[in-house]
Amino acid sequence: MSTALIIEQLLNGLQFGVMLFLMAAGLTLIFGVMGLINLAHGSFYMIGAFACAAVAAATGSFWIGLAASLAAAAAAGTLVEVAVIRRLYDRDHLDQVLATFALILIFSEATRWLFGSFPLYLDIPPVLAGAVALPGGAHYQLYRLAIIGIGVLVAVGLYYLISRTRLGMRIRAGESDREMIAALGVDIGTLYTMVFALGAALAGLAGALVGALQSVQVGMGEPVLILAFVVIVIGGIGSIKGALVGAVLVGLTDTLGRFLLPKLFTVFLGPADGATTGAALASMLIYIVMALILAFRPKGLFPATA
Amino acid sequence: MTLLQVSGLESFYGASQALFGVDFSVGQSEVVALMGRNGMGKTTAINSVLGLIRPRGGGVRFIGRDIAGMQSYRIARLGIGLVPEGRRCFPNLTVRENLVAAARQGPWTLTRINSLFPRLEERQDQYAHSLSGGEQQMLAIGRALMTNPQLLILDEATEGLAPVIRQDIWAAIRRLKADGQSILVVDKTLAELLPVADRCFVLEKGRTVFSGKPDELTPELQDRYLGV
Ligand SMILES: Nc1ncnc2c1ncn2[C@@H]1O[C@H](COP(=O)(O)OP(=O)(O)OP(=O)(O)O)[C@@H](O)[C@H]1O
Ligand SMILES: [Mg+2]
Repeated sequence: MSTALIIEQLLNGLQFGVMLFLMAAGLTLIFGVMGLINLAHGSFYMIGAFACAAVAAATGSFWIGLAASLAAAAAAGTLVEVAVIRRLYDRDHLDQVLATFALILIFSEATRWLFGSFPLYLDIPPVLAGAVALPGGAHYQLYRLAIIGIGVLVAVGLYYLISRTRLGMRIRAGESDREMIAALGVDIGTLYTMVFALGAALAGLAGALVGALQSVQVGMGEPVLILAFVVIVIGGIGSIKGALVGAVLVGLTDTLGRFLLPKLFTVFLGPADGATTGAALASMLIYIVMALILAFRPKGLFPATA
Repeated sequence: MTLLQVSGLESFYGASQALFGVDFSVGQSEVVALMGRNGMGKTTAINSVLGLIRPRGGGVRFIGRDIAGMQSYRIARLGIGLVPEGRRCFPNLTVRENLVAAARQGPWTLTRINSLFPRLEERQDQYAHSLSGGEQQMLAIGRALMTNPQLLILDEATEGLAPVIRQDIWAAIRRLKADGQSILVVDKTLAELLPVADRCFVLEKGRTVFSGKPDELTPELQDRYLGV
């Protein structure tokens, strides 16, 4: 096992983690600030990927496609918040889960109806094609490095927005006493719509970025959604910092687990049994990590409210 | 000039009626006391003015506009600053953040709040949940003033505080009055409330039963409406 291979796997884990962060950031804000469980968050991921693939195919530009993914996901987010989600803030979690599950079905069928059942493909933009030489003689895809960079930028931007701006203060104030912040003259309803649209746009961005690495198809959002829930539970619901740390932890654990565990078990059990046992355990690994973290820190690594 | 005019106000909690006809008014630069025993409807009346409870009958006019039934953020933006019962500071925001989060342009700035309540400046980077009750009360008043309201509403701003702190709060209220701030005060300590008030209204079981100058509220009336 060469260092080059390990570095590559580490970066893959980091890139996966960053992509999970883009999903988890919106989810944790919406859950933490508004108390809403949004299962349809994965649909925004899918909408972003489809919008990017379709617009990039039509215009020949990945970047116009990327802009379209943000716009489409934010627009879908705004529409859904105003039409449906608003009515759910004061309802219990079961109602929220049912209603947003219905939204998944609606979005999936609508996408199938618009684009058909065959996957779309999205090419990596030419400027980001190719690989970069890394220390140890490895080469790594430039595009994946760019995803890591974008994720870091988004994380810094969001952290600044929430902790330093007046908008962020109002969002946090609404988290603790929604009625009071309204009684001080803040239009909290519109603020929630904006937060929801921002979360949707970030999920759309994640979908578009990943769309160039995988095929773009209906149902692509839900597996990522489940992982994003694991991330926000590990990180502490409502915390952007927690979402980032949790996402990187899950990304690295999952990627390295799938890479290393089969090799490890091969040593003990021989190639045939070792590989299957290792792979089975690897797919459970993040849930084991989550259980361990919750056993010691029931509110996650960075509980949002003090 | 009349800032706030409440007439025949009726409000409900679900099916049970809490206000049966409340009348009071606050004029420009006037300090008005809204009084009554526990559970007589003072907080309900204030919350109905601010749109936190939707009044079902009667009228609420602020600077000549009918505000009954408007959303509370719109009412607040017209120029009403609420210091609510129970303070309700945002515990997960720092003192400074509590003050600036909902601030609007006007003569009240952080600097002026800090000179009104020097304790707040000392604690500006502390989270509100770590403050004492008196400091939280000062913060709630400062937070309302930072919205630069035409009318400040104080609901039980001295309740449950140590005597020294109560004196600080009353001193601040007198200073605001001297500056010409219009204030509606709910408080149970008559000894401090009556000297500062220009007019008084007394509620009993959701109705206004007395209105007049503080010296017209004779000991007999006080005993009848406010005694325990
Ligand atoms: N959330 C509520 N749900 C139902 N009834 C309520 C609610 N809040 C108040 N009430 C009732 O409405 C009436 C008026 O209460 P309110 O809180 O306005 O009185 P108050 O004059 O402010 O009393 P206090 O001096 O104790 O603050 C009381 O009978 C009370 O029991
Ligand atoms: Mg009260």
